[in-house]
Amino acid sequence: MDALMNGLEQLLAGNSIFTLQTLGYYGEGLVTTVQLVFLSLLIGLVLAIPLSIGRGAKRAWIRLPIFFFCYVFRGTPLLVQLYLIYYGVVFVDGIQDTWLWLILEKPFVPALVAFTLNTAAYTTEIFRGAIKSTPKGEIEAARAYGMSQRLMMRRIVMPSAFRRALPAYGNEVIFMLHASAIASVVTIMDLTGAARFVYARFYAPFDAFFFAAAIYLCLTFAILYFFRYLEKKLLAHLKPATG
Amino acid sequence: MADTPIPLEVRNITKRFGDTEVLKGLSLQAQKSDVITLIGASGSGKSTFLRCMNLLEQPDDGELIIHGEPIRFKQTRHGREPADWNQVVAMRAKLSMVFQGFNLWAHMTLLENIIEAPVHVLGKPKKQAIEHARELLERVGLSDRADYYPAQMSGGQQQRGAIARALAMDPDVMLFDEPTSALDPELVGEVLKVIRGLAEEGRTMILVTHEMAFARDVSTQVVYLHQGQVEEAGPPAQVLGNPSSERLKQFLAPKN
Repeated sequence: MDALMNGLEQLLAGNSIFTLQTLGYYGEGLVTTVQLVFLSLLIGLVLAIPLSIGRGAKRAWIRLPIFFFCYVFRGTPLLVQLYLIYYGVVFVDGIQDTWLWLILEKPFVPALVAFTLNTAAYTTEIFRGAIKSTPKGEIEAARAYGMSQRLMMRRIVMPSAFRRALPAYGNEVIFMLHASAIASVVTIMDLTGAARFVYARFYAPFDAFFFAAAIYLCLTFAILYFFRYLEKKLLAHLKPATG
Repeated sequence: MADTPIPLEVRNITKRFGDTEVLKGLSLQAQKSDVITLIGASGSGKSTFLRCMNLLEQPDDGELIIHGEPIRFKQTRHGREPADWNQVVAMRAKLSMVFQGFNLWAHMTLLENIIEAPVHVLGKPKKQAIEHARELLERVGLSDRADYYPAQMSGGQQQRGAIARALAMDPDVMLFDEPTSALDPELVGEVLKVIRGLAEEGRTMILVTHEMAFARDVSTQVVYLHQGQVEEAGPPAQVLGNPSSERLKQFLAPKN
Protein backbone atom coordinates (compact mmCIF):
# COMPACT_ATOMS: atom_id res chain seq x y z
CA MET A 1 0.00 0.00 0.00
CA ASP A 2 2.80 2.39 0.93
CA ALA A 3 4.65 1.50 -2.21
CA LEU A 4 1.55 2.25 -4.22
CA MET A 5 1.12 5.62 -2.55
CA ASN A 6 4.79 6.45 -3.17
CA GLY A 7 4.47 5.51 -6.80
CA LEU A 8 1.36 7.65 -7.11
CA GLU A 9 3.05 10.59 -5.48
CA GLN A 10 5.94 10.36 -7.89
CA LEU A 11 3.55 10.15 -10.81
CA LEU A 12 1.74 13.24 -9.61
CA ALA A 13 4.89 15.19 -8.81
CA GLY A 14 4.69 18.64 -10.30
CA ASN A 15 1.00 18.25 -11.19
CA SER A 16 -0.84 21.06 -9.47
CA ILE A 17 -4.38 19.86 -10.25
CA PHE A 18 -4.31 16.12 -9.73
CA THR A 19 -3.02 15.81 -6.23
CA LEU A 20 -3.75 13.01 -3.80
CA GLN A 21 -6.42 15.27 -2.35
CA THR A 22 -8.31 15.92 -5.58
CA LEU A 23 -7.98 12.27 -6.56
CA GLY A 24 -9.56 11.53 -3.22
CA TYR A 25 -12.53 13.71 -4.21
CA TYR A 26 -12.88 11.86 -7.46
CA GLY A 27 -12.63 8.57 -5.61
CA GLU A 28 -15.39 9.54 -3.20
CA GLY A 29 -17.43 10.90 -6.07
CA LEU A 30 -17.06 7.61 -7.90
CA VAL A 31 -18.24 5.70 -4.85
CA THR A 32 -21.26 8.01 -4.48
CA THR A 33 -22.15 7.70 -8.17
CA VAL A 34 -21.89 3.92 -8.09
CA GLN A 35 -23.94 3.71 -4.90
CA LEU A 36 -26.62 6.01 -6.22
CA VAL A 37 -26.90 4.31 -9.59
CA PHE A 38 -26.63 0.77 -8.28
CA LEU A 39 -29.19 1.27 -5.52
CA SER A 40 -31.69 3.09 -7.70
CA LEU A 41 -31.36 0.47 -10.46
CA LEU A 42 -31.73 -2.37 -7.99
CA ILE A 43 -34.79 -0.95 -6.24
CA GLY A 44 -36.20 0.22 -9.57
CA LEU A 45 -35.81 -3.27 -10.99
CA VAL A 46 -37.53 -4.86 -8.01
CA LEU A 47 -40.40 -2.38 -8.35
CA ALA A 48 -40.63 -2.82 -12.11
CA ILE A 49 -41.26 -6.57 -11.99
CA PRO A 50 -44.67 -6.42 -10.28
CA LEU A 51 -45.48 -3.11 -11.98
CA SER A 52 -44.87 -4.55 -15.44
CA ILE A 53 -47.17 -7.48 -14.67
CA GLY A 54 -49.81 -5.13 -13.27
CA ARG A 55 -49.41 -2.85 -16.27
CA GLY A 56 -50.99 -5.55 -18.40
CA ALA A 57 -53.71 -6.47 -15.90
CA LYS A 58 -57.30 -6.81 -17.00
CA ARG A 59 -58.61 -4.80 -14.05
CA ALA A 60 -58.48 -1.09 -14.74
CA TRP A 61 -57.86 -0.07 -11.13
CA ILE A 62 -54.55 -1.96 -11.25
CA ARG A 63 -53.59 -1.08 -14.80
CA LEU A 64 -54.43 2.62 -14.94
CA PRO A 65 -52.47 3.91 -11.91
CA ILE A 66 -49.38 2.11 -13.19
CA PHE A 67 -49.93 3.50 -16.67
CA PHE A 68 -50.26 6.96 -15.15
CA PHE A 69 -47.11 6.55 -13.06
CA CYS A 70 -45.07 5.48 -16.10
CA TYR A 71 -46.56 8.20 -18.23
CA VAL A 72 -45.69 10.95 -15.75
CA PHE A 73 -42.18 9.76 -14.95
CA ARG A 74 -41.31 9.14 -18.58
CA GLY A 75 -42.99 12.31 -19.73
CA THR A 76 -41.13 14.78 -17.53
CA PRO A 77 -37.43 15.57 -17.22
CA LEU A 78 -35.54 13.72 -14.53
CA LEU A 79 -34.06 17.02 -13.39
CA VAL A 80 -37.53 18.42 -12.71
CA GLN A 81 -38.46 15.27 -10.82
CA LEU A 82 -35.32 15.64 -8.75
CA TYR A 83 -36.07 19.27 -7.97
CA LEU A 84 -39.64 18.45 -7.02
CA ILE A 85 -38.64 15.73 -4.63
CA TYR A 86 -35.58 17.45 -3.17
CA TYR A 87 -37.04 20.92 -2.73
CA GLY A 88 -40.65 19.84 -2.41
CA VAL A 89 -40.14 17.61 0.59
CA VAL A 90 -39.29 20.62 2.77
CA PHE A 91 -42.80 21.93 2.33
CA VAL A 92 -44.49 18.83 3.70
CA ASP A 93 -46.08 20.04 6.94
CA GLY A 94 -44.31 18.91 10.05
CA ILE A 95 -41.79 16.70 8.31
CA GLN A 96 -38.92 18.63 9.83
CA ASP A 97 -40.00 17.49 13.28
CA THR A 98 -39.88 13.79 12.48
CA TRP A 99 -36.95 11.42 12.29
CA LEU A 100 -37.48 11.27 8.54
CA TRP A 101 -35.98 14.70 8.26
CA LEU A 102 -32.62 13.38 9.41
CA ILE A 103 -32.53 11.36 6.18
CA LEU A 104 -34.34 13.74 3.85
CA GLU A 105 -32.36 16.76 4.87
CA LYS A 106 -29.38 15.42 2.98
CA PRO A 107 -29.71 15.23 -0.80
CA PHE A 108 -28.78 11.55 -1.19
CA VAL A 109 -32.14 10.01 -0.34
CA PRO A 110 -34.27 12.47 -2.34
CA ALA A 111 -31.99 11.85 -5.33
CA LEU A 112 -32.21 8.12 -4.78
CA VAL A 113 -36.00 8.33 -4.68
CA ALA A 114 -36.16 10.39 -7.88
CA PHE A 115 -33.77 8.09 -9.75
CA THR A 116 -35.49 4.96 -8.48
CA LEU A 117 -38.95 6.09 -9.54
CA ASN A 118 -37.64 7.25 -12.89
CA THR A 119 -35.83 4.02 -13.73
CA ALA A 120 -38.77 1.99 -12.37
CA ALA A 121 -41.05 3.73 -14.87
CA TYR A 122 -38.75 3.08 -17.83
CA THR A 123 -37.99 -0.48 -16.78
CA THR A 124 -41.69 -1.21 -16.33
CA GLU A 125 -42.31 -0.20 -19.94
CA ILE A 126 -39.34 -2.23 -21.18
CA PHE A 127 -40.59 -5.32 -19.37
CA ARG A 128 -44.16 -4.77 -20.41
CA GLY A 129 -43.13 -4.72 -24.04
CA ALA A 130 -41.15 -7.91 -23.53
CA ILE A 131 -44.03 -9.61 -21.71
CA LYS A 132 -46.44 -8.60 -24.45
CA SER A 133 -44.25 -10.09 -27.13
CA THR A 134 -44.14 -13.52 -25.52
CA PRO A 135 -45.00 -15.94 -28.34
CA LYS A 136 -48.69 -16.84 -28.13
CA GLY A 137 -47.94 -20.50 -28.74
CA GLU A 138 -45.69 -20.71 -25.69
CA ILE A 139 -48.42 -19.27 -23.50
CA GLU A 140 -50.93 -21.66 -24.98
CA ALA A 141 -48.62 -24.58 -24.31
CA ALA A 142 -48.20 -23.46 -20.70
CA ARG A 143 -51.96 -23.33 -20.26
CA ALA A 144 -52.49 -26.63 -22.05
CA TYR A 145 -49.99 -28.28 -19.69
CA GLY A 146 -51.98 -27.29 -16.64
CA MET A 147 -50.04 -24.27 -15.46
CA SER A 148 -51.88 -21.74 -13.34
CA GLN A 149 -51.58 -18.08 -14.30
CA ARG A 150 -49.07 -17.51 -11.54
CA LEU A 151 -46.91 -20.50 -12.39
CA MET A 152 -46.96 -19.57 -16.06
CA MET A 153 -45.81 -16.03 -15.23
CA ARG A 154 -43.01 -17.31 -13.03
CA ARG A 155 -41.76 -20.17 -15.19
CA ILE A 156 -42.51 -19.20 -18.77
CA VAL A 157 -43.45 -15.57 -19.34
CA MET A 158 -41.04 -13.73 -17.06
CA PRO A 159 -37.91 -15.79 -17.79
CA SER A 160 -38.59 -15.44 -21.48
CA ALA A 161 -39.40 -11.72 -21.19
CA PHE A 162 -36.29 -10.96 -19.10
CA ARG A 163 -34.13 -12.38 -21.82
CA ARG A 164 -35.86 -10.39 -24.51
CA ALA A 165 -35.62 -7.24 -22.39
CA LEU A 166 -31.92 -7.63 -21.70
CA PRO A 167 -30.48 -5.48 -24.52
CA ALA A 168 -32.98 -2.67 -23.87
CA TYR A 169 -32.39 -2.89 -20.13
CA GLY A 170 -28.63 -2.63 -20.69
CA ASN A 171 -29.29 0.68 -22.40
CA GLU A 172 -31.40 1.81 -19.47
CA VAL A 173 -28.54 1.04 -17.06
CA ILE A 174 -26.11 3.11 -19.09
CA PHE A 175 -28.69 5.86 -19.39
CA MET A 176 -29.11 5.93 -15.60
CA LEU A 177 -25.36 6.09 -15.06
CA HIS A 178 -25.16 9.14 -17.25
CA ALA A 179 -28.35 10.69 -15.90
CA SER A 180 -26.95 10.40 -12.39
CA ALA A 181 -24.63 13.29 -13.24
CA ILE A 182 -27.48 15.66 -12.51
CA ALA A 183 -27.34 14.60 -8.86
CA SER A 184 -24.56 17.14 -8.56
CA VAL A 185 -27.02 20.03 -9.00
CA VAL A 186 -28.59 19.22 -5.64
CA THR A 187 -25.15 19.38 -4.00
CA ILE A 188 -24.37 15.68 -4.10
CA MET A 189 -20.62 15.15 -4.47
CA ASP A 190 -20.86 12.45 -7.05
CA LEU A 191 -18.34 12.03 -9.84
CA THR A 192 -19.61 15.09 -11.68
CA GLY A 193 -19.86 16.97 -8.38
CA ALA A 194 -16.21 16.23 -7.72
CA ALA A 195 -15.30 17.39 -11.21
CA ARG A 196 -17.23 20.61 -10.70
CA PHE A 197 -15.42 21.16 -7.45
CA VAL A 198 -12.01 20.65 -9.02
CA TYR A 199 -12.97 22.87 -11.95
CA ALA A 200 -14.07 25.67 -9.63
CA ARG A 201 -10.96 25.38 -7.53
CA PHE A 202 -8.40 25.40 -10.36
CA TYR A 203 -10.46 26.88 -13.18
CA ALA A 204 -9.33 24.01 -15.38
CA PRO A 205 -12.42 22.72 -17.16
CA PHE A 206 -10.67 20.33 -19.53
CA ASP A 207 -8.64 18.61 -16.85
CA ALA A 208 -11.52 18.42 -14.40
CA PHE A 209 -14.22 17.18 -16.73
CA PHE A 210 -12.16 15.03 -19.08
CA PHE A 211 -11.00 13.07 -16.09
CA ALA A 212 -14.61 12.57 -14.95
CA ALA A 213 -15.60 11.67 -18.51
CA ALA A 214 -12.83 9.07 -18.66
CA ILE A 215 -14.13 7.44 -15.49
CA TYR A 216 -17.72 7.42 -16.84
CA LEU A 217 -16.40 5.85 -20.00
CA CYS A 218 -14.69 3.10 -18.01
CA LEU A 219 -17.90 2.45 -16.07
CA THR A 220 -19.87 2.30 -19.31
CA PHE A 221 -17.43 -0.23 -20.72
CA ALA A 222 -17.76 -2.33 -17.60
CA ILE A 223 -21.57 -2.25 -17.93
CA LEU A 224 -21.45 -3.07 -21.63
CA TYR A 225 -19.11 -5.96 -20.97
CA PHE A 226 -21.32 -7.27 -18.19
CA PHE A 227 -24.42 -7.17 -20.37
CA ARG A 228 -22.62 -8.77 -23.27
CA TYR A 229 -21.64 -11.57 -20.93
CA LEU A 230 -25.24 -11.91 -19.70
CA GLU A 231 -26.60 -11.92 -23.23
CA LYS A 232 -24.13 -14.56 -24.30
CA LYS A 233 -25.21 -16.70 -21.39
CA LEU A 234 -28.95 -16.07 -21.39
CA LEU A 235 -29.63 -15.59 -25.07
CA ALA A 236 -27.88 -18.78 -26.13
CA HIS A 237 -31.25 -20.20 -27.11
CA LEU A 238 -31.60 -17.72 -29.96
CA LYS A 239 -28.39 -18.70 -31.67
CA PRO A 240 -28.23 -21.48 -34.21
CA ALA A 241 -26.38 -24.60 -33.15
CA THR A 242 -22.64 -24.74 -33.61
CA GLY A 243 -21.53 -28.20 -34.66
CA MET B 1 -60.73 -50.31 -11.27
CA ALA B 2 -63.50 -52.62 -12.29
CA ASP B 3 -65.59 -50.04 -14.04
CA THR B 4 -63.20 -47.72 -15.86
CA PRO B 5 -64.87 -44.43 -16.68
CA ILE B 6 -64.55 -43.06 -20.18
CA PRO B 7 -61.34 -40.99 -20.39
CA LEU B 8 -62.90 -38.17 -22.36
CA GLU B 9 -66.43 -37.39 -23.34
CA VAL B 10 -67.84 -34.20 -24.81
CA ARG B 11 -71.52 -33.58 -25.39
CA ASN B 12 -73.19 -30.99 -27.54
CA ILE B 13 -70.35 -28.50 -27.73
CA THR B 14 -71.28 -25.22 -29.36
CA LYS B 15 -69.02 -22.30 -30.03
CA ARG B 16 -69.47 -19.04 -31.83
CA PHE B 17 -66.99 -16.32 -32.73
CA GLY B 18 -69.04 -13.16 -33.04
CA ASP B 19 -71.88 -13.94 -35.41
CA THR B 20 -70.34 -17.07 -36.83
CA GLU B 21 -71.38 -20.31 -35.29
CA VAL B 22 -68.28 -22.46 -35.57
CA LEU B 23 -69.38 -25.54 -33.67
CA LYS B 24 -73.01 -26.56 -33.82
CA GLY B 25 -73.43 -29.13 -31.11
CA LEU B 26 -70.60 -31.64 -31.41
CA SER B 27 -70.28 -34.77 -29.32
CA LEU B 28 -67.53 -37.30 -29.05
CA GLN B 29 -66.56 -40.16 -26.83
CA ALA B 30 -63.00 -41.42 -26.49
CA GLN B 31 -62.85 -44.88 -24.93
CA LYS B 32 -59.54 -46.15 -23.67
CA SER B 33 -57.12 -46.87 -26.57
CA ASP B 34 -59.32 -45.11 -29.09
CA VAL B 35 -57.57 -43.19 -31.82
CA ILE B 36 -60.08 -40.69 -33.14
CA THR B 37 -59.21 -38.63 -36.19
CA LEU B 38 -61.00 -35.40 -36.98
CA ILE B 39 -60.92 -34.50 -40.65
CA GLY B 40 -62.54 -31.78 -42.68
CA ALA B 41 -61.84 -28.76 -44.82
CA SER B 42 -60.24 -25.74 -43.21
CA GLY B 43 -62.89 -23.74 -41.42
CA SER B 44 -64.87 -26.85 -40.61
CA GLY B 45 -64.17 -26.32 -36.92
CA LYS B 46 -61.98 -29.35 -36.26
CA SER B 47 -59.15 -27.48 -34.55
CA THR B 48 -61.57 -25.37 -32.54
CA PHE B 49 -63.35 -28.54 -31.47
CA LEU B 50 -60.07 -30.05 -30.30
CA ARG B 51 -59.15 -26.87 -28.46
CA CYS B 52 -62.51 -26.90 -26.69
CA MET B 53 -61.63 -30.28 -25.25
CA ASN B 54 -58.96 -28.83 -22.94
CA LEU B 55 -60.68 -25.45 -22.75
CA LEU B 56 -58.06 -23.48 -24.66
CA GLU B 57 -61.27 -22.26 -26.26
CA GLN B 58 -64.29 -21.81 -24.05
CA PRO B 59 -67.31 -23.58 -25.54
CA ASP B 60 -70.49 -21.56 -25.27
CA ASP B 61 -72.48 -24.59 -24.35
CA GLY B 62 -72.12 -28.32 -23.89
CA GLU B 63 -70.58 -30.70 -21.44
CA LEU B 64 -67.05 -31.89 -20.92
CA ILE B 65 -66.59 -35.04 -18.86
CA ILE B 66 -63.16 -36.28 -17.93
CA HIS B 67 -63.05 -39.74 -16.36
CA GLY B 68 -66.67 -39.43 -15.42
CA GLU B 69 -66.10 -36.07 -13.77
CA PRO B 70 -67.97 -33.22 -15.45
CA ILE B 71 -66.25 -29.85 -15.67
CA ARG B 72 -68.32 -27.29 -13.81
CA PHE B 73 -69.22 -24.04 -15.55
CA LYS B 74 -70.74 -20.78 -14.43
CA GLN B 75 -72.34 -17.93 -16.31
CA THR B 76 -70.60 -14.58 -16.15
CA ARG B 77 -71.05 -11.26 -17.82
CA HIS B 78 -68.61 -12.34 -20.55
CA GLY B 79 -70.29 -15.68 -21.19
CA ARG B 80 -69.72 -19.10 -19.80
CA GLU B 81 -66.57 -19.80 -17.82
CA PRO B 82 -65.28 -22.73 -15.81
CA ALA B 83 -66.51 -22.44 -12.23
CA ASP B 84 -63.32 -23.81 -10.75
CA TRP B 85 -60.04 -23.14 -12.52
CA ASN B 86 -58.27 -25.64 -10.27
CA GLN B 87 -60.44 -28.31 -11.79
CA VAL B 88 -59.46 -27.15 -15.27
CA VAL B 89 -55.78 -27.14 -14.36
CA ALA B 90 -56.05 -30.69 -13.03
CA MET B 91 -57.96 -31.74 -16.14
CA ARG B 92 -55.40 -30.23 -18.49
CA ALA B 93 -52.62 -32.09 -16.75
CA LYS B 94 -54.32 -35.31 -17.86
CA LEU B 95 -54.79 -34.23 -21.47
CA SER B 96 -51.51 -33.45 -23.19
CA MET B 97 -51.62 -31.41 -26.33
CA VAL B 98 -49.30 -31.42 -29.31
CA PHE B 99 -49.57 -28.27 -31.40
CA GLN B 100 -49.23 -27.51 -35.06
CA GLY B 101 -46.51 -24.95 -34.31
CA PHE B 102 -44.72 -27.21 -31.74
CA ASN B 103 -44.82 -24.42 -29.12
CA LEU B 104 -41.79 -25.59 -27.22
CA TRP B 105 -40.61 -22.99 -24.69
CA ALA B 106 -37.81 -21.24 -26.51
CA HIS B 107 -35.70 -20.27 -23.51
CA MET B 108 -35.41 -23.85 -22.27
CA THR B 109 -33.41 -26.74 -23.61
CA LEU B 110 -35.34 -29.72 -24.90
CA LEU B 111 -34.76 -31.62 -21.66
CA GLU B 112 -35.93 -28.66 -19.59
CA ASN B 113 -39.01 -28.39 -21.80
CA ILE B 114 -39.86 -32.02 -21.12
CA ILE B 115 -39.43 -31.94 -17.33
CA GLU B 116 -41.04 -28.50 -16.86
CA ALA B 117 -44.68 -29.49 -16.42
CA PRO B 118 -44.06 -32.84 -14.68
CA VAL B 119 -41.90 -31.08 -12.06
CA HIS B 120 -43.82 -27.83 -11.63
CA VAL B 121 -47.37 -28.92 -12.35
CA LEU B 122 -47.43 -32.54 -11.21
CA GLY B 123 -44.81 -32.08 -8.50
CA LYS B 124 -42.69 -34.99 -9.68
CA PRO B 125 -39.16 -35.15 -8.19
CA LYS B 126 -36.71 -33.59 -10.61
CA LYS B 127 -34.35 -36.54 -10.72
CA GLN B 128 -37.15 -38.91 -11.59
CA ALA B 129 -38.49 -36.51 -14.20
CA ILE B 130 -35.08 -36.31 -15.86
CA GLU B 131 -34.78 -40.09 -15.99
CA HIS B 132 -38.21 -40.36 -17.55
CA ALA B 133 -37.39 -37.56 -19.99
CA ARG B 134 -34.24 -39.37 -21.13
CA GLU B 135 -36.24 -42.52 -21.82
CA LEU B 136 -38.75 -40.52 -23.81
CA LEU B 137 -36.02 -38.78 -25.79
CA GLU B 138 -34.56 -42.17 -26.62
CA ARG B 139 -37.96 -43.28 -27.76
CA VAL B 140 -38.54 -40.34 -30.12
CA GLY B 141 -34.94 -40.63 -31.33
CA LEU B 142 -33.59 -37.41 -29.84
CA SER B 143 -31.20 -38.64 -27.16
CA ASP B 144 -28.42 -36.49 -28.58
CA ARG B 145 -30.55 -33.35 -28.60
CA ALA B 146 -31.39 -33.13 -24.87
CA ASP B 147 -29.35 -29.97 -24.33
CA TYR B 148 -30.33 -28.23 -27.56
CA TYR B 149 -32.63 -25.25 -27.61
CA PRO B 150 -35.73 -25.47 -29.83
CA ALA B 151 -34.31 -22.91 -32.28
CA GLN B 152 -31.36 -25.21 -32.84
CA MET B 153 -33.47 -28.11 -34.07
CA SER B 154 -35.36 -28.88 -37.25
CA GLY B 155 -39.15 -28.75 -37.29
CA GLY B 156 -39.41 -32.52 -37.24
CA GLN B 157 -37.09 -32.74 -34.26
CA GLN B 158 -39.00 -30.02 -32.45
CA GLN B 159 -42.29 -31.81 -33.02
CA ARG B 160 -40.87 -35.14 -31.83
CA GLY B 161 -39.54 -33.25 -28.81
CA ALA B 162 -43.00 -31.78 -28.26
CA ILE B 163 -44.46 -35.28 -28.36
CA ALA B 164 -41.92 -36.35 -25.73
CA ARG B 165 -43.02 -33.36 -23.64
CA ALA B 166 -46.63 -34.50 -23.97
CA LEU B 167 -45.76 -38.08 -23.01
CA ALA B 168 -43.85 -36.90 -19.95
CA MET B 169 -47.17 -35.98 -18.34
CA ASP B 170 -48.32 -39.63 -18.50
CA PRO B 171 -51.50 -38.33 -20.10
CA ASP B 172 -54.76 -40.24 -20.24
CA VAL B 173 -55.59 -38.68 -23.58
CA MET B 174 -53.31 -37.02 -26.11
CA LEU B 175 -54.64 -34.26 -28.34
CA PHE B 176 -52.83 -33.62 -31.63
CA ASP B 177 -53.66 -30.41 -33.47
CA GLU B 178 -52.42 -30.87 -37.05
CA PRO B 179 -49.04 -32.12 -35.83
CA THR B 180 -47.48 -32.33 -39.28
CA SER B 181 -49.03 -29.35 -41.05
CA ALA B 182 -46.16 -26.97 -40.31
CA LEU B 183 -43.49 -29.41 -41.42
CA ASP B 184 -41.54 -29.72 -44.64
CA PRO B 185 -42.76 -32.77 -46.55
CA GLU B 186 -39.57 -34.72 -45.93
CA LEU B 187 -39.95 -34.29 -42.18
CA VAL B 188 -43.55 -35.44 -41.94
CA GLY B 189 -42.65 -39.14 -41.99
CA GLU B 190 -40.47 -39.09 -38.87
CA VAL B 191 -43.24 -37.47 -36.82
CA LEU B 192 -45.98 -39.75 -38.13
CA LYS B 193 -43.79 -42.73 -37.28
CA VAL B 194 -43.66 -41.65 -33.64
CA ILE B 195 -47.43 -41.08 -33.50
CA ARG B 196 -48.07 -44.43 -35.16
CA GLY B 197 -45.95 -46.07 -32.46
CA LEU B 198 -48.10 -44.43 -29.80
CA ALA B 199 -51.29 -45.64 -31.45
CA GLU B 200 -49.92 -49.16 -31.57
CA GLU B 201 -49.20 -49.21 -27.85
CA GLY B 202 -52.81 -48.34 -27.13
CA ARG B 203 -52.65 -44.67 -26.25
CA THR B 204 -55.93 -42.82 -26.28
CA MET B 205 -55.54 -40.09 -28.86
CA ILE B 206 -57.57 -37.51 -30.71
CA LEU B 207 -55.96 -36.14 -33.84
CA VAL B 208 -56.76 -33.36 -36.23
CA THR B 209 -54.95 -34.13 -39.45
CA HIS B 210 -54.86 -33.76 -43.20
CA GLU B 211 -52.89 -36.97 -43.66
CA MET B 212 -55.65 -39.23 -44.96
CA ALA B 213 -53.52 -42.31 -45.52
CA PHE B 214 -52.23 -42.00 -42.02
CA ALA B 215 -55.72 -41.52 -40.61
CA ARG B 216 -56.86 -44.67 -42.38
CA ASP B 217 -53.97 -46.65 -40.88
CA VAL B 218 -54.03 -45.61 -37.25
CA SER B 219 -57.58 -44.55 -36.44
CA THR B 220 -60.24 -46.56 -34.69
CA GLN B 221 -62.72 -43.88 -35.62
CA VAL B 222 -62.79 -41.11 -38.20
CA VAL B 223 -65.01 -38.07 -37.80
CA TYR B 224 -65.65 -35.85 -40.80
CA LEU B 225 -66.70 -32.35 -39.83
CA HIS B 226 -68.44 -29.92 -42.13
CA GLN B 227 -69.35 -26.41 -41.03
CA GLY B 228 -69.25 -27.23 -37.37
CA GLN B 229 -71.29 -30.41 -37.60
CA VAL B 230 -70.49 -34.08 -37.83
CA GLU B 231 -71.23 -35.03 -41.41
CA GLU B 232 -70.06 -38.60 -41.14
CA ALA B 233 -68.35 -40.72 -38.50
CA GLY B 234 -67.32 -44.31 -38.12
CA PRO B 235 -64.49 -46.78 -38.61
CA PRO B 236 -61.89 -45.57 -41.14
CA ALA B 237 -62.62 -48.33 -43.64
CA GLN B 238 -66.19 -47.13 -43.88
CA VAL B 239 -65.75 -43.36 -43.64
CA LEU B 240 -62.67 -43.11 -45.82
CA GLY B 241 -63.18 -46.23 -47.94
CA ASN B 242 -66.86 -46.05 -48.64
CA PRO B 243 -68.23 -42.64 -47.73
CA SER B 244 -71.94 -42.08 -48.05
CA SER B 245 -71.90 -38.27 -47.87
CA GLU B 246 -71.49 -36.45 -51.16
CA ARG B 247 -69.38 -33.76 -49.53
CA LEU B 248 -67.03 -36.27 -47.97
CA LYS B 249 -66.65 -37.99 -51.33
CA GLN B 250 -65.64 -34.67 -52.84
CA PHE B 251 -63.36 -33.90 -49.91
CA LEU B 252 -61.54 -37.21 -50.35
CA ALA B 253 -61.35 -37.06 -54.13
CA PRO B 254 -57.90 -36.41 -55.60
CA LYS B 255 -57.47 -32.65 -55.88
CA ASN B 256 -55.79 -32.47 -59.25
